[in-house]
Amino acid sequence: MKKWQCVVCGLIYDEAEGWPEDGIEPGTAWNDVPEDWLCPDCGVGKEDFEMIEID
Amino acid sequence: MTTASERNPIVIVGSGLAGYSLVRELRKHDADAPILLVTADDGTSYSKPMLSNGFGKGKDANGLAQATQYSMAEQFDLHLMPHTWVTALNPQAHQVLLGDHWQSYSKLVLAWGAEVVPLHLAGSGSGSVYSINDLNDYRAFRAALTGAECVAIMGAGLIGCEFANDLLLGGYQVEVIAPSATVMPTLMPEQAARALQNELEALGVTFHLNTQVDRIEQVPAGADGGVTLALTNGRHLQADVVISAVGLRPRTELAQQAGLAVNRGIVVNRALETSAPDVYALGDCAEVDGQLLLYVMPLMASARALAKTLSGERSEVLYPAMPVMIKTPCCPAAVNPPPVGAEGHWQVEQDGNHVKALFNNPEGKLLGFALTGRFTMEKQALSRQLPALHNAAS
Repeated sequence: MKKWQCVVCGLIYDEAEGWPEDGIEPGTAWNDVPEDWLCPDCGVGKEDFEMIEID
Repeated sequence: MTTASERNPIVIVGSGLAGYSLVRELRKHDADAPILLVTADDGTSYSKPMLSNGFGKGKDANGLAQATQYSMAEQFDLHLMPHTWVTALNPQAHQVLLGDHWQSYSKLVLAWGAEVVPLHLAGSGSGSVYSINDLNDYRAFRAALTGAECVAIMGAGLIGCEFANDLLLGGYQVEVIAPSATVMPTLMPEQAARALQNELEALGVTFHLNTQVDRIEQVPAGADGGVTLALTNGRHLQADVVISAVGLRPRTELAQQAGLAVNRGIVVNRALETSAPDVYALGDCAEVDGQLLLYVMPLMASARALAKTLSGERSEVLYPAMPVMIKTPCCPAAVNPPPVGAEGHWQVEQDGNHVKALFNNPEGKLLGFALTGRFTMEKQALSRQLPALHNAAS
């Protein structure tokens, strides 16, 4: 499971947790997140997220 | 053959979200092009959208900073000039004036943003109004809140409402004053606006709509500080801190003086090209093919297109429908207003403060929406049905 971070606001999408508020189940891989999903905090799209390594 | 001008740097003016997003994208295509970034502030990279929800996220000004100018310069191989004002442009000579030095550029990107619309208020306290448009403004504002109890916000637009919600979360008493009859009148129809207003009121915000601030007077020394706001409806309010959230206007003055085409913003086409060769405008200062959208999504789409153009592959941005999310945790909301002047009507479905308002044209085609509460979840599905912004006009 990987984590992806919004470059604009720093919000983290954790594949393990998904984003249930938007109907994205825990365990949803980044590739399977809908292409038009928007950062819940700042509204940018998936292309403005970058994969990060977090312990 | 390499000409002298091609060896000159790409000069980017501004280190806000526009300038730094362009740098980030540009380095994906071109690791070597010399970049000079000139900024009037200290060059700290920070999260602009979070200025209006710092309390909700538990962050002060330092918490919103993401990287110093030094780490930005190192990470993206920039020559960065902080605390430097551009005072003139000479597009014919491909130069910008920095203090007393004319700097040559190969390409010039104006990414200097927008400024808060100035208010001309009377009274001894009119000079002590805070407007919050960058990290330094936010730092000063948070310092002013120390010991304060009541904050008055002028303006009930997106930023005014977001600050109202955030300041409540920070434990302050909040008064909102605006001349409109409803909140966010340019973004939402009445039913959605009332729902949002209801939720903010339930949380403790007091609204003074259909009125404006006439004067702000300093409370006489010896009292507990703060100011008195005299409203045009005759009422008087006490506040410790006053915010102006009456809107932004693109900075266009230097561009205009240099002879660039300017309308509401600096006029650019879909390739972000101004009327002068090798001069581009990006972000809140740019009017892109007639669209002036001071939001994050269009800015990021523009930065991606411009980065390609600057690295040799001329690219045009095409704005899709771009919903705007309103960061009011007490009442989530998302809007995509119909084009100004579009023919059609609002159709509203409502369950308490959960509102789904759809704007359809006479043929039944969806042109815009405003969603609050649980209906906000439908924003993506509805956005897919909307025409692209740049096609809508043609």
